[in-house]
Amino acid sequence: MTRSQILDLYFVDARHKLIDLAAFLDRWERAEGGEDFRMAAFRRALQELAGGPGDRAERVLLAFSDPTTEPIPAATTKAACGAWPGAH
Amino acid sequence: MRYIEPHAHMVSRVTDDYVHMVTAGCAAVCEPAFWAGFDRSSAAGFYDYFRQLTEHEPKRAAKFGLPHYCWLCINPKESEDTQLADEVLALIPSFLDQPTVLGIGEIGLNKNSRNEIQVLEKHVDLAARHGQLVLVHTPHLEDKLKGTRLILDVIKNESRLAPGRVIIDHVEEHTVKLVLDTGMWAGMTLYPESKCSPARAVDMVEVYGGERIWMNCACDWGVSDPLAVPKTALEMRKRGHSAAAIDRLIYQNPARFLGQCPKFKLPAD
Ligand SMILES: [Zn+2]
Repeated sequence: MTRSQILDLYFVDARHKLIDLAAFLDRWERAEGGEDFRMAAFRRALQELAGGPGDRAERVLLAFSDPTTEPIPAATTKAACGAWPGAH
Repeated sequence: MRYIEPHAHMVSRVTDDYVHMVTAGCAAVCEPAFWAGFDRSSAAGFYDYFRQLTEHEPKRAAKFGLPHYCWLCINPKESEDTQLADEVLALIPSFLDQPTVLGIGEIGLNKNSRNEIQVLEKHVDLAARHGQLVLVHTPHLEDKLKGTRLILDVIKNESRLAPGRVIIDHVEEHTVKLVLDTGMWAGMTLYPESKCSPARAVDMVEVYGGERIWMNCACDWGVSDPLAVPKTALEMRKRGHSAAAIDRLIYQNPARFLGQCPKFKLPAD
């Protein structure tokens, strides 16, 4: 596909998702409360979004990922929260 | 259009989903054993679940002319209790000769704990001893990268398992290359919020090629879409992929992997 065809197919959808992200950030700022490791990871991911060419999806995923290699001693929960607390 | 749904938790779905899948061109469905959304209280709960997967669910699918296959294991979310896991592992061999059991799965990791790894290793040993195919679940969100690396290490250490007989499911952009570089297959799961969207899955196919990749919906008791695979075919069509390329990815590829188990037969075979 050409760049122009990609835009015809995905531009409005991507624009819509970007505005949703902006509104989410505004909503979070308006609310009461303190910092959170999830928002710290989110900001790191946003930098990847605006960064250099190629592999953005991979780099955004890495910004949220646990980079360690040792197994944890025991699972105390079943759920994942979307960002690695250890980076904060 | 025809497709195979290689990963769907049909015990959690209504009968209408079978109607919709067959109407959309589904030629076979495969159901890995997984977490019920709550912890079972004993191995007897798994015994009943394995009977549901091997006896009841194939009959339910057959009413719509749809072959139903399954994979057996104790899933990683219930693997922290190693005593329970040992009891469930002991049940599995008696089910392996059932005509619709394709292999061991979906095993893997959830929170990347030591006990989960121990239970994963026991499943891998079981699969190797019985010559079974292996289907692996990789962890969610922030745990996926680390879990995928740990899982690949465990499987690479098992010399009796040929990489081409193992599929690592739920890959995303940060894990797909790690998996494909080992010679194992990669599964892309089209699942809202976590995992992949159709557009991202097709991106990865365009970047890495579609040689050892399958797509699945992994529909279950959560918000999920049993028609995610045919919808991804539509995404490919919008981008100009040929009907032959789409057929290769969503029908021939899963048939090639699953066909390594002689029990897997398609209606036309
Ligand atoms: Zn699953």
